[in-house]
Amino acid sequence: MATHSSTAEVSKEPSRGEDREGFDEITILWISEGMSCDGDTVSLTAADQPSIEDLVLGLIPGLPKVNLVNKVLSPSLGGEDFLAPYRAAVRGDLSPFILVIEGSIPNQNIIEGDGYWTSFGNDPETGEPQTLNWWIDQLAPKAWAVVAAGTCATFGGIHAMSGNPTGCMGLADYLGWDYTSQGGLPIVNVPGCPIQPENFMETLVWVLYHAAGSAPPPPLDHMLRPQWLFGRTVHEGCDRGSYYEQANFAKDYNSPKCLVKTGCWGPVVNCNVPKRGWMAGIGGCPNVGGICIGCTMPGFPDAFMPFMDEPPGGTLSSLAIKPYGAVIRRLRGMTNELVNHEPRWRHNKRKLTSGYDPHWRP
Amino acid sequence: MTTTEARPTERKPPQLVDMSWDPITRIIGNLGIYTKIDFANREVVECHSTSSLFRGYSVFMKGKDPRDAGFITSRICGICGDNHTTCSDYAQQMAYGVKPPPLAEHIVNLGEAAEYMFDHTIFQDNLVFVDFCEAMVKATNPGLLARAERTDAPRGEIHGYRTIADIMKAFNPFEGEVYKEALKVSRVTREMFCLMEGRHVHPSTLYPGGVGTMPQPTAFTDYLSRLMRVIDFVKKAVAMNDDVFDFFYEALPGYEEVGRRRVLLGCWGAFQDPKVVDYRYETMNTWGKAMYVTPGIIVDGELVTNNLVDINLGLRIMLGSSYYEDWVNESPFVTHDPLGNPVDMRHPWNQTTVPVPQKRNFDDKYSWVMSPRWYDKRTDQHLALDTGGGPLARLWSTALSGLVDTPYIKATGHSVRISLPKGETLPETTLEWRIPQWSNTIERDRARPYFVAYAAAMALQFLEEAMGLVRAGETKVFENYEVPDEAIGCGFHEAVRGVLSHHLVIKDKKIANYHPYPPTPWNASPRDIYGTPGPYEDAVQGQPIFEENGPDDFKGVDIMRTVRSFDPCLPCGVHMYVGKGKTLTTLHSPTYGANHG
Repeated sequence: MATHSSTAEVSKEPSRGEDREGFDEITILWISEGMSCDGDTVSLTAADQPSIEDLVLGLIPGLPKVNLVNKVLSPSLGGEDFLAPYRAAVRGDLSPFILVIEGSIPNQNIIEGDGYWTSFGNDPETGEPQTLNWWIDQLAPKAWAVVAAGTCATFGGIHAMSGNPTGCMGLADYLGWDYTSQGGLPIVNVPGCPIQPENFMETLVWVLYHAAGSAPPPPLDHMLRPQWLFGRTVHEGCDRGSYYEQANFAKDYNSPKCLVKTGCWGPVVNCNVPKRGWMAGIGGCPNVGGICIGCTMPGFPDAFMPFMDEPPGGTLSSLAIKPYGAVIRRLRGMTNELVNHEPRWRHNKRKLTSGYDPHWRP
Repeated sequence: MTTTEARPTERKPPQLVDMSWDPITRIIGNLGIYTKIDFANREVVECHSTSSLFRGYSVFMKGKDPRDAGFITSRICGICGDNHTTCSDYAQQMAYGVKPPPLAEHIVNLGEAAEYMFDHTIFQDNLVFVDFCEAMVKATNPGLLARAERTDAPRGEIHGYRTIADIMKAFNPFEGEVYKEALKVSRVTREMFCLMEGRHVHPSTLYPGGVGTMPQPTAFTDYLSRLMRVIDFVKKAVAMNDDVFDFFYEALPGYEEVGRRRVLLGCWGAFQDPKVVDYRYETMNTWGKAMYVTPGIIVDGELVTNNLVDINLGLRIMLGSSYYEDWVNESPFVTHDPLGNPVDMRHPWNQTTVPVPQKRNFDDKYSWVMSPRWYDKRTDQHLALDTGGGPLARLWSTALSGLVDTPYIKATGHSVRISLPKGETLPETTLEWRIPQWSNTIERDRARPYFVAYAAAMALQFLEEAMGLVRAGETKVFENYEVPDEAIGCGFHEAVRGVLSHHLVIKDKKIANYHPYPPTPWNASPRDIYGTPGPYEDAVQGQPIFEENGPDDFKGVDIMRTVRSFDPCLPCGVHMYVGKGKTLTTLHSPTYGANHG
């Protein structure tokens, strides 16, 4: 059943903005060379509240000027020209910057010899590929803030599933869960496979307000997720949740009823997508007929597989709700029937029966 | 120099310079293009394409519940994840012997149509066009821009721009009108997608056996109203693209050689006809030909086959320049297909993926991508088919087969006619895409907006049929099944940028083997065991350079246009390395001329 216990708030209540000068200008260095599908970058372009153009064109009042370095959107040149700001940041010549990592971090230590799992550009001296791990090692100590975009970067995700050959992990596993940035922030984790577009933009904008000196740091939970986005479960925002309460379960996917018996993990997954929808309130998961496979969760995917079977804990809880749900459903059915009729005084007979009394006083 | 100056005809002593673009802002991960350019004769003499990312789906899928395959393989691609889910469901439906209800097929088709519209739009207008925008052309071919300013746009009354340069200005990133409108359109089309498949990019409502999308009339009317809002944008896009691309041919004689290679196109087909498809291997040729995008392999303009069984049996996964151990000594998973035909050891059903990370060496192993090829038994050759970036092969194959005949689309044998209804400002319009003279950079790019129109037109038909079913009360969208102890399956589909297949082997109700082959390995593959270069390599190698800059401030726009014309997996922009290339001390004589077939 729904619970808040898994999101115990460990960071302090947000304080008022500290007395410090904010930045007028900040660079976002986005690296998606982790084990990823780049779906988070693509998702980002779906955001409309605000949109990426709004951010880059300075249409959001109170933010620093943002220089976004992301391969999808950068109108700049590629190769070394594209890498120039990253190299400047490594040298300490570019500051402040927010480092965004997309994709899970492979374990280079399991490779013997000169091989690599993933690279981002070449070493200008040797011409050899520079690994993602090298870049993180260089940039994380200098970053004003570090944001992990998507479940791969936050917790490892699909590429870190059992049987994987690369030894992948999330960014906090790599840098340490107690990592703090130059700006004094822990890693900001925005899970989701991929990120829900607005969830990410909203978090990024909060971090940017913080950079401007006009907002406290975003409140995070013990898994470093924004509390206001991941503090509730899928079930708590799902418009099929009431079917659960009435013990009305779908037997297969041809049904608008609660999907828990066909594999939905919504009751125990921290995510706001059914409530928020996917884009502009449209889409989502169980609310539109998709089982929740737990894609925002640290245990994703292994803890939720096989996806299309009833979750092990679901049998007991759905059994327990059965007698209660059956009674409630019946009672509500009766009341529903009752309120589905118009009152008797609405008729076209020759007599007014509405109870009208022109001289009525209380 | 003027833009129309004739290219040198006499060969000069070569002036070779190493130029590399890495990251090109990649495919799923990282794509690097390494070239040798002869600046004296202004052509590319050598090209290597490398991908430096390994992720390992075919490794960690083993032993998993096969029903999970679609959910997992979606995560292969951050832009066409739904194409993977769909393809995986096709493969699973073959293995489980289940046929989804007709309405489910329409919902999947509508989702895929929206995906094609979204992805092609954002890719073409927000990424490809940056290579053709005013700012870029000014930096690479200033003479061409001057001419564009003097040239009236022939289709101005449709798209509203007076000169070619006006269109190019509208392409400018973040500021140009087309750029900005395309971002908005890409959101509307993604909303259409979400109405059918729940989420973009990894859909939530697709299952083997059907969908979970609630087939209420609202879903379809919400989709239709959005489709009609973008229909005029689609018509304008075709007109603008035609104007700009025609101008390039006219203003830069010889530009047809840029990115040109032999016509070696593959298309695996898309959009199932629910009345015909039953997902059985034995009937695959029949239902494959009933698809609303016809599968086919085209060699030098000739349709070699449009039978999915032939296509399947001809698949070969080659090594040669890739960081993997060969599986030739493993025991095969599948020796014969369900029709009794022998299955090759290099076929995806029999592949074993054993990664061996190692140093990059362009004379030996240099990429994490393998080399998919199609074995042409007529000539005993392993063909490095390309996908034409998707649309080129799809339209070519559909046109040649001449099988598609619907209220909005007609394949004629030499062209595809697409009819779109009246929109807010433009009347009902019929567009005709004709089989072009060349398989080159410009034609790959030109085919893209036509395919957006194609997808929009097909969506109209699927909507009408779906609403018909809903009104008739036929609202079932999912069919149940049992996972068999042992089975094989294959799925054929078109990812946005081209061919997509999934091959599945089930043993003890678990995945024993699973190999997805998206378009990018076909296009970005390195040299195979026979030394045959992959399509990017082949298209870039030998291409002329029209850019006016010399080696010191060279941007490589012609090369980037070529690579990008194949739609390298992500709509990732970015553009070019400007670099001061290193002049080679040892000069090679160019061995690659313009030997196109």
